[in-house]
Amino acid sequence: MIARPIETRAVGAHHDRVDGPLKVTGHARYAVEHGPDEGVSEHLTAWLVGAPVAKGRVLRVDATQALATAGVVSVVDHESARRLDDTGEQGDGELAILQDDRIHYRGQIVAIVLAESAEAAREGARLVHVQVEAGDHVADLDSEEAELYAPEEVNAGHETDWSDGDVDAARAGATVVVEGDYSIPYEHNNPLEPHAATAHWDGEVLTMWDSTQAVHAVASTLAPMLGLEVEQVRVRAPYVGGGFGSKGLPHSPEVAAALAAMAVPGRWVRLAVTRQQMFAMTGYRSQSRSRIRLAAEPDGRLLAIEHDAVAPSAAVKEFVEQTATISRMMYAAPARRTTHRAAALDINVSSWMRAPGEMPGTFATEVAMDELAVACDVDPIDLRLRNEPATDPETGNPWNDRRLVECLEQGAERFGWSGRSPEPRTTTDGDWLVGTGVAAATYPTLWMPGNGARIESRTGGRYAVGIGAVDIGTGARTVLQQIAADALDVPVSAIDLAIGDTSLPAATVAGGSSGTGSWGTAIVQTAQQFRADHGPEPAPGLHTQTTTESYPDMAGHALHSFGAVFAEVRVDRWTGEVRVSRLHGTYSVGRIVNPMTARSQLLGGLLMGLSAALHEEGVRDPRFGHVVTQDLATYHVAAHADVPPDLDARWLEESDTLSTPFGGRGIGEIAIVGTAAAIANAAWHATGVRVRDLPVTADAFL
Amino acid sequence: MKELTYVRATSAAEAVEAVTDDPRAQYLGGGTNLTDHLKLGITTPEVLVDVSRLPLDTVEDTGTGLRIGAAVRNSDLAAHPVVRSDFPALSRALLAGASGQIRNQATTAGNLLQRTRCVYFQDPTTPCNKREPGSGCSAIEGYGRYNAVLGASEACVAVHPSDMAVAMSALDAQVVVLGAEGERRIPLEDLHRLPGHHPERDTTLAHGELITAVELSRSGAARTSTYEKARDRASYAFALVSVAAALELDGDRVADVRIAWGGAAHKPWRARTAEDLLRDGPLDEQRVRDAAAEELRAAATGPDSDYKVAMLTGITARALVRLSEATS
Ligand SMILES: Cc1cc2nc3c(=O)[nH]c(=O)nc-3n(C[C@H](O)[C@H](O)[C@H](O)COP(=O)(O)OP(=O)(O)OC[C@H]3O[C@@H](n4cnc5c(N)ncnc54)[C@H](O)[C@@H]3O)c2cc1C
Ligand code: SF4
Repeated sequence: MIARPIETRAVGAHHDRVDGPLKVTGHARYAVEHGPDEGVSEHLTAWLVGAPVAKGRVLRVDATQALATAGVVSVVDHESARRLDDTGEQGDGELAILQDDRIHYRGQIVAIVLAESAEAAREGARLVHVQVEAGDHVADLDSEEAELYAPEEVNAGHETDWSDGDVDAARAGATVVVEGDYSIPYEHNNPLEPHAATAHWDGEVLTMWDSTQAVHAVASTLAPMLGLEVEQVRVRAPYVGGGFGSKGLPHSPEVAAALAAMAVPGRWVRLAVTRQQMFAMTGYRSQSRSRIRLAAEPDGRLLAIEHDAVAPSAAVKEFVEQTATISRMMYAAPARRTTHRAAALDINVSSWMRAPGEMPGTFATEVAMDELAVACDVDPIDLRLRNEPATDPETGNPWNDRRLVECLEQGAERFGWSGRSPEPRTTTDGDWLVGTGVAAATYPTLWMPGNGARIESRTGGRYAVGIGAVDIGTGARTVLQQIAADALDVPVSAIDLAIGDTSLPAATVAGGSSGTGSWGTAIVQTAQQFRADHGPEPAPGLHTQTTTESYPDMAGHALHSFGAVFAEVRVDRWTGEVRVSRLHGTYSVGRIVNPMTARSQLLGGLLMGLSAALHEEGVRDPRFGHVVTQDLATYHVAAHADVPPDLDARWLEESDTLSTPFGGRGIGEIAIVGTAAAIANAAWHATGVRVRDLPVTADAFL
Repeated sequence: MKELTYVRATSAAEAVEAVTDDPRAQYLGGGTNLTDHLKLGITTPEVLVDVSRLPLDTVEDTGTGLRIGAAVRNSDLAAHPVVRSDFPALSRALLAGASGQIRNQATTAGNLLQRTRCVYFQDPTTPCNKREPGSGCSAIEGYGRYNAVLGASEACVAVHPSDMAVAMSALDAQVVVLGAEGERRIPLEDLHRLPGHHPERDTTLAHGELITAVELSRSGAARTSTYEKARDRASYAFALVSVAAALELDGDRVADVRIAWGGAAHKPWRARTAEDLLRDGPLDEQRVRDAAAEELRAAATGPDSDYKVAMLTGITARALVRLSEATS
């Protein structure tokens, strides 16, 4: 059976977070908080030792002093670690740790210290002397040795290069051409809970509590590497303190936790990555540069869009963000050309961070659109309205429901956009120069097949619903109960939901704004099959399990969400300091399942966008090869005082059953998209200074 | 972290004796800076002598000023009514620093003696002359956004991170120090050093010298004082630059002015050249900018830190113009 649209009652209504009380009272257990009542007793603590150079060989891991430290039990290195069988299709250099003496990046795991206490483990790690033969490394995109190449494809399977129409001819015939280079620095996800795991190997089964966005992906990645069947790896993640993509794919600390546990069979091992280590071991958003050329008629109608993206990628494992793909579908230019190039550097491995591709790409294109509006003397909103495509420029398919225009217009109304002076530097408030800016946002509907759910009837009209999904703090646990209730046509209180465990039916990652839609569809499909199998009043103990293959209503449509972001920015005329005083987002994201958790997601996305706009900057020192702003005192994220006094997220009332049977699309990513551009555009309007490189900091305005 | 012995001193004299005689011993205040260093392996003392519970936790009004005990918590000091009324720069500086939780824990002496936040100093895998004399300075050609622009040396370009110390410098504070040989007083301006050839030494204190108090004298200028801090986010960030300024006007004429800069140097930078240029003249934005520019003539900047010159000039002008508007 394939899921059919459902009638919604609980879906769409406010519902308190079901795990809220547990979390605020400290009873929700995170990855290294499981104790004796769950079988974790007399655990060892594992501490990771990172490579002291960016390239070279480990000559010797001298653990003499470490092993002489009270409490240190053992030190695992590339000679003593268990051999991994299979490190993925092409050999996954990020995960194949401790297998040989090669150093691919500074901070790569070269040893694991196991000790009876965290303090002893940390001291042991300090006293492990890693003797290396350093090689020549290249860690700077601007280095002469950094050679650009065209990857086979970019993240999410997008084509590296793509074009449509004759860009050169279109540009040659254009009256207005706007051209610029835009850049994003290294950005680090920094969820509150660091990457962490508690692991145990009994000779048969590897049991883990892991801080992950995808328990099944951890098991299916680790099992073949460890020479195990996937059933021999049990992974649980009942509560996860955020991920922002950095826990979407397994990283080397998870392999280290497994290797550590297997080095001491029968003992529990706790491993928590330190905040500093997170800057080397757990993924991040790569630095990227976009060259944009927009060619237009004098009234702003686009004739051509060119978007060439360049980014470094780790030599040991390629990851290239789809930064330019936004320019394939966003606006109705008859000619578009997009490319991605990468340089393989001796640096740690980048990965997903909230809205990979759309976030950096949209910063570039939406600032460029603001520059085009200025060049054509057209209001930035009108400019976007003039470039609305009737169908998807990339596929030619009809849109599911492209409501960008309504987002812009309703957002403008609420923000009070009309009457804005097109001239920059025209408004002051005391010592502040004040300006406003706008940007558009979009995010595709990513729907993942292969999600399973199991439903079982219980006594008293209750239903047990199980799916291996993970709630990383977004509210998934709450909204899946709402969806299950409507799909079974019972009250939310009749649902007993179990998630976050590989013993439950397989589920895909909590990422790409795909979770609620993909898992929700599996629950709906299973509920409908359950009713077909067992009727409306089943006896207790009956169950149904199904796995999704498709949601066919999607076919033939370009499925995207849209949004509009408005910002008011203030720049201190004496010091150049930049603050955001107003930030509004208006979104078209299908049906909102739960207004409370949705609002949190959208506000959080806006703030993360603000943080990227003004604060976040990983500074890699090319001499050493690692990021030196490696703690939260030097890698700034927005603090409470940076939250704009007027922060607001709204959505259009709508239902999109082309995307999911309950009418909703994902909302996790879209609010970070476009936000940095709106803020940079507002900073220009305040000061007349155009900043094309994030973050936008005070020195630009002095 | 390394195993160590923890000793809770019962008197200042006992603490001084314990540390003076033992090169491996160090004082522990609120621990908000030192424990980080222990965890990161930046320092590895074997004995910690806790002085945070000594009876040095009161603020005394001496009539002519205040005597602030070394163990007074930053949050208590910031909230003290006399500090707020007679030394507003100090209260503002404290409140501009760190977070509420850290200020509840941090002590006066610990705040003065906190160490630089230079990213290389805090990363034991990179060379740093301050952490490991002779190993080299990674910051000179590295990440330089926070680097010093005044008084730096070829050995070190770090800045002192304290906000409170900058205010105390402008307020002409005296630091009371107890050593094996007895008590001495050091003008706050002479407590911290410029790096020279010995960046490993932050201050002029000898090993074992204990800060017991900081003394402030009342003055008209101190009453009209302020602290302003520029930073990359609105709170919970170290200064890019900061200024503590105190001003007394006699009609339109500057009778007394004191200016100290944070984020500029290895110590709170007392801008005496600028003060001299402003004293006895009228006060307006341009005059302050000119005076600050004169003080900054000696500035040595890199590509990451050159913004500090304009920012110091701007923030100093803002502070003094606001003070003059408030007094006239
Ligand atoms: C995240 C974070 C953000 C921060 N932001 C700021 C900021 O914006 N502005 C700012 O100014 N500060 C900031 N700080 C630093 C904070 O102010 C200091 O950590 C604090 O003031 C140190 O005081 P303490 O009592 O905890 O010192 P401790 O850590 O206990 O000691 C610091 C040093 O002083 C020595 N010491 C302590 N007491 C004495 C004594 N009586 N005599 C002699 N030596 C002594 C110790 O041996 C040690 O070397 C921040 C700190 C953190 C962790
Ligand atoms: S500036 Fe000073 S503290 Fe920083 S690396 Fe150089 S010597 Fe060390």
